[in-house]
Amino acid sequence: MSWNKRVLRVNLTERTCKVEPLNMEWANDYLGGRGLGTKYLMECMDPAADALSPENALIFATGPLTGTMCSTSGRYAVVTKGPLTNAIAASNSGGKFGAELKFAGYDLLIVEGKASSPVYLMIQDDEVSINDADEYWGTTVWHTEETIKEKHSDPQIKVASIGVAGEQGVRYACIVNDLHRAAGRSGVGAVMGSKNLKAVAARGTRGVAVENPKAFMEVVKHTHQLLEDSAGRKDLTKYGTNAMIDTMHSFGGLPTRNFQDVTFPGSENINPEAMTTPNENGHTNLITNKACFGCTIGCGRIAHIDKNHFSIKDRQQYWHASGGLEYETAFAFGPVIGVDDIDALTFAGYLMNEHGMDPISFGVTLAAAMELFELGVITTAETDGVPLNFGNAEALTIMAEKTGKHEGFGKMLGMGSKRLCEHYGRPELSMSVKGQEFAGYDSRALQGMGLGYATSNRGACHLRHDVFSEDMADQSGNGKAWPCKTSQDKTAMIDSTGLCLFTTAAWDTNEFQQQVSVACGGHWTSERLIETGERIWNLERLFNLRSGLSKADDTLPPRLLEVPAPAGVAKGRVAELSTMLPEYYALRGWSQEGVPQQSTLDRLGLGEKQRDVESA
Amino acid sequence: MLIVTLKTLILDADRCTSCLQCEMACSLEHEGLFAPAFSRIKVFEFEHGKRSVPYTCTQCEEAWCMQVCPTKAITINHALGTKVVDESLCVGCKVCTMACPYGTINYNTVSGKVTKCDLCDGEPKCAEACPTDAITYGVAS
Repeated sequence: MSWNKRVLRVNLTERTCKVEPLNMEWANDYLGGRGLGTKYLMECMDPAADALSPENALIFATGPLTGTMCSTSGRYAVVTKGPLTNAIAASNSGGKFGAELKFAGYDLLIVEGKASSPVYLMIQDDEVSINDADEYWGTTVWHTEETIKEKHSDPQIKVASIGVAGEQGVRYACIVNDLHRAAGRSGVGAVMGSKNLKAVAARGTRGVAVENPKAFMEVVKHTHQLLEDSAGRKDLTKYGTNAMIDTMHSFGGLPTRNFQDVTFPGSENINPEAMTTPNENGHTNLITNKACFGCTIGCGRIAHIDKNHFSIKDRQQYWHASGGLEYETAFAFGPVIGVDDIDALTFAGYLMNEHGMDPISFGVTLAAAMELFELGVITTAETDGVPLNFGNAEALTIMAEKTGKHEGFGKMLGMGSKRLCEHYGRPELSMSVKGQEFAGYDSRALQGMGLGYATSNRGACHLRHDVFSEDMADQSGNGKAWPCKTSQDKTAMIDSTGLCLFTTAAWDTNEFQQQVSVACGGHWTSERLIETGERIWNLERLFNLRSGLSKADDTLPPRLLEVPAPAGVAKGRVAELSTMLPEYYALRGWSQEGVPQQSTLDRLGLGEKQRDVESA
Repeated sequence: MLIVTLKTLILDADRCTSCLQCEMACSLEHEGLFAPAFSRIKVFEFEHGKRSVPYTCTQCEEAWCMQVCPTKAITINHALGTKVVDESLCVGCKVCTMACPYGTINYNTVSGKVTKCDLCDGEPKCAEACPTDAITYGVAS
């Protein structure tokens, strides 16, 4: 079967590396990735512990389908307690690192404790070592990744590392692998930094075997073909995720100038067409598309910046190609701060990857700072002399770099919008849930998205549910609780297989069932997979309750609950959370205080956990 | 004059997205599991992924690997034009890996023998797996 059945447990305090057998009972209940990582996290730490203390654990979790020929099999999850949210953080990444960790012979890597000085972990099959990282500390992700490969004379080594942002505890620092793929959200990079762990490098030759190769390849041929033929897949390949920017602009769901507006005319300057149209210098932004490991979609973009642009004209080190705009980066460096300079956006994207930061949280935090600036709450005296007006492209690139290097006003931005706005006495200006910033969808135009944001276990997130078609069809909150709940369960399951959510362009639960069955063996039905997702969702909820979160955290900012959408198809509407949330709790089998009922937990085999919560 | 029109792997780097489906298909065919480390076709990436290049044995006519092999473990399959390693004869001396100017015959540390592309007996699995037609099997124009 396609689990390696091995867990690598590293204790940085004691400087020990141990291999232990994978708990197959848990694997059968939680699959892998996000689900199995959460189960292991619950068992090895107290959810009430400080996210940036040595008591927190950092888990890199592959799925049973990671490293197989299933399309998009490169996914792994980083599971830990998030310093941005104080909630469970399960951050998902592609690229090639996850598959390499699996090929080295491990399903999960669990990092505990804290090293006394900077270290990096080197994993070459059975040879695992904790190495001194003084020479990399204080340097960028890109430098770290390239020099570790050089040092070990092996360009095939895959590296996941943090930049200065992670070292210095930027609350939304991420872990970057393969130069421009990231476990992006909730500050998992800051947890890594708090452990003095600069990088994990992996090289694996053990491979992954599946239960029945012949049957497996028959299923894979079928599922590949479904993706090949899918219109949604074709759009992702051709346009990348940024095709969404035109859809959201015309719909009136594109958060603009810190969610004060819902349309952004400048989006035509940063959309997929702009990425492929030569500018006045004859420079075209997009070079090609790029796939993560095993992916037959290839939504990733490789772009380059016009050498004449103010951001890099005197900085030749950025004259190379790298990861280009995706929808969320385009939103977070574009509409939400009022900027439509495609080269500035692309450069800010480079800086996020180079320094290891979540573009969504950075952009929406900058948007809050810009609103504070325009209101006169802060002035150039606080912002190192940089006028933080909406639409200032130079402010974007300067502040992105300052935050990445933890300098000047960048230190303030590194706290995230919630802490920043609280610091300046205007908490209502933070566009976040549980401290995590929104993605590029306005909750007043997309009501199901709003419910999903409010109830997402890792704080505001657009990837924890899929109510998109229902939201586009109907602007009211009626009937959104059920598709929100069921898609949350399904998404939790998919995130635990080792495959990518974007495959749902062509696959439904049935296709995941077929692939899990032939890879893992055992009796897997669609019902069992969906129940697995529901179990994972409830376990995450229990983690958050034990961490101290409650119903009060399942909410949206007043701007979305009280101020009607100023334009678009939902003009005049506010987020209808007050009617959706009680319905959602009931459908989940939770009390109206948002606590899972004993009967729900017993049905999911989580009964004991509930008693833990009550006694806590 | 005899004109030989053997089919060959046609590699188009402009189409490659570096998904490595080819490496997994190759290792499954030859090793029975997904292990890109043992794939006989490799994808190399340049400049942050600006260019991804699939690369394997061209089944070249000179076949220096075959010429230098002291145990005659490498022979030509005339029907396919492939140079094939007979593992029962290979002693793992690695002379062929030094002779090959392209670096496409490699030593397998597990088996102790060398491995190279054999076009999967005329049905190359890498070409079958490639989702973008960066790898196709046909007669080169």
